[in-house]
Amino acid sequence: MKKLFALLAVVLCISMLASTAVLADNVVKIGVFEPASGDSGAGGKQEMLGMQYANYETPTVEIGGETYTVELVYADNGSSTDKAPSAAQQLVSSGVSVVLGSYGSGVSIAGSQYFADANIPAIGASCTNPQVTAGNDHYFRICFLDPFQGTVLANYAYKELGARTAYSLAELGNDYDQGLATYFKQAFEALGGTVIADSFPTGTSDFTSYLTNAQMYSAEVFFCPVSIAYSTQIVQQASSQGVTFPILGGDTLDSNVVANAAKGTDVNVTITTFYQEGANPDFDNGFKAWLNSNNEYLTNNGGNDMIAAVSVMGYDTYYTALEALKAAGTTDSAAVKAALPGVTLTGVSGSIAFDEIGDAIRTSAFVKKVDNASGDWNFVTEQTVD
Amino acid sequence: MKKKLDLPHILTVIIIIAIYAAVFIAEQHMPPTSMLFTVLKKGATYALVAVSMNLLNGFTGIFSLGQAGFMLIGAYIFSIFTIPVEHRGIVYQYYDGGVIQFTLPVLIAMILAGLVAALFAFLIGLPVLRLKSDYLAIATLGFAEIVRTIFQWDKLGPVTNGSNMLRLFPTFNDFNIKNADGTVAVYLSTIIPMLIAGVCIAIILLLINSTYGRALRAIKDDEIAAEAMGIHLASHKQMAFCVSSFFAGVGGAMLAMYQTTVQAKSFTTAMTYEILLIVVIGGLGSVTGSILSSFLFVAASEWWLRFLDQKQVINGFEVPLLRNGFRLVVFSFIIMIVVLFFRQGIMGTKELPDLFRKKKTAEGGAK
Amino acid sequence: MWNTVFPYLLSGISVGGQYALIAIGYTMVYGILRLINFAHGDVFMVAGIVMVYMAASGLPLWLCIVLDLVATAIIGFAIERIAYKPLRTAPRMSIMISAIGVSYTLQNLVLYITGGLNQIYPKIPWISDSITIGSATTKVVTVVTPILTILLVFALVMLINHTKVGMAMRAVSKDFETSQLMGININSVISTTFVIGSFLAGVGSTLYFTNYTTVIQTSGAMPGLKAFVAAVFGGIGSVPGAVVGAFIIGIAENLIKGLDIILFKMGLISKPMGLAIFSDAFTFALLIIILAVKPTGLFGEKSIDKV
Repeated sequence: MKKLFALLAVVLCISMLASTAVLADNVVKIGVFEPASGDSGAGGKQEMLGMQYANYETPTVEIGGETYTVELVYADNGSSTDKAPSAAQQLVSSGVSVVLGSYGSGVSIAGSQYFADANIPAIGASCTNPQVTAGNDHYFRICFLDPFQGTVLANYAYKELGARTAYSLAELGNDYDQGLATYFKQAFEALGGTVIADSFPTGTSDFTSYLTNAQMYSAEVFFCPVSIAYSTQIVQQASSQGVTFPILGGDTLDSNVVANAAKGTDVNVTITTFYQEGANPDFDNGFKAWLNSNNEYLTNNGGNDMIAAVSVMGYDTYYTALEALKAAGTTDSAAVKAALPGVTLTGVSGSIAFDEIGDAIRTSAFVKKVDNASGDWNFVTEQTVD
Repeated sequence: MKKKLDLPHILTVIIIIAIYAAVFIAEQHMPPTSMLFTVLKKGATYALVAVSMNLLNGFTGIFSLGQAGFMLIGAYIFSIFTIPVEHRGIVYQYYDGGVIQFTLPVLIAMILAGLVAALFAFLIGLPVLRLKSDYLAIATLGFAEIVRTIFQWDKLGPVTNGSNMLRLFPTFNDFNIKNADGTVAVYLSTIIPMLIAGVCIAIILLLINSTYGRALRAIKDDEIAAEAMGIHLASHKQMAFCVSSFFAGVGGAMLAMYQTTVQAKSFTTAMTYEILLIVVIGGLGSVTGSILSSFLFVAASEWWLRFLDQKQVINGFEVPLLRNGFRLVVFSFIIMIVVLFFRQGIMGTKELPDLFRKKKTAEGGAK
Repeated sequence: MWNTVFPYLLSGISVGGQYALIAIGYTMVYGILRLINFAHGDVFMVAGIVMVYMAASGLPLWLCIVLDLVATAIIGFAIERIAYKPLRTAPRMSIMISAIGVSYTLQNLVLYITGGLNQIYPKIPWISDSITIGSATTKVVTVVTPILTILLVFALVMLINHTKVGMAMRAVSKDFETSQLMGININSVISTTFVIGSFLAGVGSTLYFTNYTTVIQTSGAMPGLKAFVAAVFGGIGSVPGAVVGAFIIGIAENLIKGLDIILFKMGLISKPMGLAIFSDAFTFALLIIILAVKPTGLFGEKSIDKV
């Protein structure tokens, strides 16, 4: 009995404390809703690096005539849609003005409703599935969308690679994978090709049978828009199985981790992405110097200082949020949400403006290919679709 | 079951009413974004599922690991039938809006979720319940995995949306009563899930204290003796299995409402293990224990230990070890300590009213 | 037809060999303690992580492998002493839950240490190379795995049937209490079992991760579960049963992954059905069927409960 009351008392005290947390003067909190663990952990960390660098570069913002210090509040959504709600809730309860992220469309959708209920806007850096922004007014994004990316990839596979049969492999229950695979299939079949689509369950590590499937169907291209964790394994197993078809992927594959996996093999890995290293030397040099200044950053970037496109997107997202805060003139999340549709800026990845759905107006994507000798990404072409 | 209205029971009822009242008042006055409400909502959901699992594992002695599978069925049935028709085009974007073009009221969908889960339990129970402890555990676990795959199959997409997310169905926040201008007049988003869980748990309690419940305990203590006493083993086990799955299904529907999205991918065996740990921490065979430990488990993992994941600087001194993932390490050590040193769990086999009674025997305390 | 099926069979045999090495640990522990050691798959994963960190420290690779196997055996021993031994007199369910707790703890520890990032397993020369057999190209490790598995199992069966420790193991698994009365040191027999089981899981992890190259905290979960199913399938408690079960499951799951194309080439279906996703589910369906028909598995002994 006593124990029970003691317990209740403790619960009450803690809840009081938590609810009356005092805000220090002139601090604006920005939520970082990114996966730091799980299948997309590597990509999430690279996206976070961009935000951290931007925060290091510009740690304060002028809001309504006063200087505010920006505090990044992190919540790890674990790359999984069942951990995303509590991570989102954590950000909401810590009183953030705006949320950045997430890497991975599924977790963004899973967290979306919590931000909506609290009237907090969110800006996606690299979540490309249309469902993220469709049907709501609080989610924005600065990257292109999958129907566009799928079309670019299908065009490239059909016209440049000359493929007529494609094998597409996506992770079950991953909205990004499934979405991009579907749009690729639509576009590729509209061009007159054939797509054989397969899915694999989460946690798979043996892809040999899927690669064999592609060989048996005489596929001329292997399309796998999957997480970094799976794509590295696919690339390596493709190499030991001696496949001849090129591997084609979306923006998730744009990582030095994948490039390293292809290094020293003869697997052709080609992808579409948001940014090509070298497009903005000032940013590149600054970011690299910052990465090299701290071992933890380097580890989180996959061990070297190659710039991932998602880092650039993370960087631009941070500045988009600052612009919105300036435009709102207050740290109130509802005002920031109202100000966001009108925000425009020129970011490292190009000029950023939102359409009526909250999507970025972007019409081009970069195509990159792994240099098997050096393990670098080589620029192939910039593709646009009307 | 004639229950005397003695003091312990009256006290219990008063405490329960007081808790509900406190939650209701707190909800009207505290900011709705407070972590407290998240914990209460998720805790209520887990409490129901944990009690339903306890009915099998603690009271009947059937070691089932299929809970996540039944929750999945419940969550899917609920969300499939409650997504508003105008949103189906967006949700079932790859399947032309899906084949189901009507919606059911929330409460009916929840009951249907339970019924379908129970139906699956009945079917799977026919072959599986004949198996003995460990074999039964692994067979039910396997069943949950099979269910998860079937719900992800592309060919069932028009109904289940393939492996893609189901969303935009009513959530706990839709229980709030709103004014015409969209502001909330009365907050009910926490109290209603707690009430639903409360009613379901009360039904389970009634069952446990009935003749049926006593028969189940007899089966747990000694199957052969129970059979010799004239208890029909198969039908009693089947009954317990179906009832447990019914409430697991309802719990799945509640989880869907809490999470606001449903995806088969997340109903893994890890979820079953988590619920099993809750049951054990609370005490196998104690409904009160399962409820308490659900709230404690959720609060500890979602809220109180969160600070362990962030760097903390106290007076310029950076506390070592704190970084992402440390929370889970601490948490798992706490669990191991409970499992190894407090084998009875929080409540042992006691219930709330028992705490108000004088201890008659030297049978260990609550801890 | 053969050319279509062969590559899948080859993958299946390789995967089966890896499952077999894990399954032996499950089956031996179950035979003696009647405990489903849920943490066994995670011991397998920890072996992989230890190897990654050791290789990064710059030690020669052969030494890493040896130390890794020793470390894995010690981890298995320690887990038994810390988490299972204190519960020896407790109900069966408590100890099983302790096993789940250990599994949870190991995964979270690894998540914390690695920071949730995938770890790249070191390349082991020769067995990482590619070879071509018939219509399939694959890594050498694929061929090495089943051979090594069968050799190790042969040695193990010898050990169980022809040594004193083996006799003690058999006695303990027949009757726990009586063998104690006969003067067998139960604790050392149990420890030996855990050491052998973990050692084999360590060998399995070397082969497995050489093939699949990345290790994360959840890497052990699925192989562990599959291996356990294999152990039950073959008749839990029987070492040869576990091995046969593992090969059947490995082959079945890879054939399911290629089922669409196999059926297609046989002319049974006209377009792909997306059946590959049932590769895991089929394993479990097979398990439920065998349990319903023969509850003790393929090679399990029928045990009679005394009232």
